[in-house]
Amino acid sequence: MPRLNAGQRHTIQFELNGKSVSGETEPRLLLSDFLRGVLGSTGSHVGCEHGVCGACTVRVNGCAVRSCLTLAIQINGEKVETVEGLAGNDTLSPLQRAFRRHHALQCGFCTPGILMSLSELLDTGTDVNEKNIREFLSGHLCRCTGYGNIVRAALEVFAENRSGRAVSDD
Amino acid sequence: MKPPVFDYAFADHLDEVAEFLADEGGEARVLAGGQSLIAMLNMRLVQPTLVVDISRLPDHDFITLKEGVVEIGCTVTQSALQFWPGLAESLPLLKRALPWVGHRQTRNKGTVCGSIAHADPSAELPLCLAALNGKAVLYSSRGERVLAAHELQVGTLETACAPDEMIRALRFPTAETGAGYGFGEVAYRHGDFAIVAVAVVATSECLRIALGGVGEKPEVCEWPLLEDKFLDDALNDLAWKLGTNEDQHATAYYRRSLIRSLGRRVVGEALACLG
Repeated sequence: MPRLNAGQRHTIQFELNGKSVSGETEPRLLLSDFLRGVLGSTGSHVGCEHGVCGACTVRVNGCAVRSCLTLAIQINGEKVETVEGLAGNDTLSPLQRAFRRHHALQCGFCTPGILMSLSELLDTGTDVNEKNIREFLSGHLCRCTGYGNIVRAALEVFAENRSGRAVSDD
Repeated sequence: MKPPVFDYAFADHLDEVAEFLADEGGEARVLAGGQSLIAMLNMRLVQPTLVVDISRLPDHDFITLKEGVVEIGCTVTQSALQFWPGLAESLPLLKRALPWVGHRQTRNKGTVCGSIAHADPSAELPLCLAALNGKAVLYSSRGERVLAAHELQVGTLETACAPDEMIRALRFPTAETGAGYGFGEVAYRHGDFAIVAVAVVATSECLRIALGGVGEKPEVCEWPLLEDKFLDDALNDLAWKLGTNEDQHATAYYRRSLIRSLGRRVVGEALACLG
């Protein structure tokens, strides 16, 4: 495999929220900065830049990962999902609607990352309970909510998924 | 906080990694999951000229169980090990410890071998490798050698791995029949680095206690099975003997008290599962 030169830009191509995207990156560029700076996809937020706060969490091939601890060059050919991919054209996803109902965000800085982590749990978890929701949330810092409303929102969505009945937004 | 400049190479074969490492004269770093390395790069604590990405190496994403040893390849993520069906039976200590390793979001990418290579003194996986007397298989263009946990980790973020070597795999001995295992830690937040972490292996003859977060590397000691009334004294002696660290996270006094209280709880947990 050839050595990719530090000073040069290399073209990468990957799937972002179902659409093929490409761009040029130096080896040192972080995925978080590639998404925001190169693609203008600013939904994922950048907080601590060393993997502690969780605001930049995205899903790569279905798994929640820190985009500040991933280099853009690593995701060539992979499948990336960000918060922009959750909602449909005019409708929020069930998880986003539950966040609104339960006031599970205030300033909203941490929310994109939390939504991506919880979406992995809801997609893959057969038994979602307060314990494993809190375990997923331990990878995120929220300074507004105290987490209680986030847990309640996630529990409600899981119950909705199980019963197949959507909770009304009213 | 942005990484410094470096060249990048995806390795397709182990020999290619070895060649890059040998040619770069100690200035190259191996990236598997990058969950420690990229944080270090972001903070510019390391400034390699070349990063060798081994995450796409074929044939190293394996967990095998053979003749009482679980071997874990260098691209196996911590999440993959955590959800390996044989974990509870073969490696009950790791079953207990893995939920404490970082967060789900970092375990999804971070590798088991990478955590050992990073050698953080408060990290859980090096602690478990030490507690279980595990081994690391080092690979370079000069060949392969196997080091025991206590030979591998020599200090804070420091291993006996030569600049041209990489950890190819880890070998954990499987659970002894009838032995009991315990793990516990105290950190500011679940998933942060431990202020003190304790791993205990209890067999019918002895107690093996490993402590993380208190020194420059995991501290392991072995006691005969003590009567309950002597256990507190033994833990107290150990707390004082280790000359525990004092840093911005905790005083030495607090760490000593954790060794006594948390140590006691985890020993109890291990003894309770002694068959």
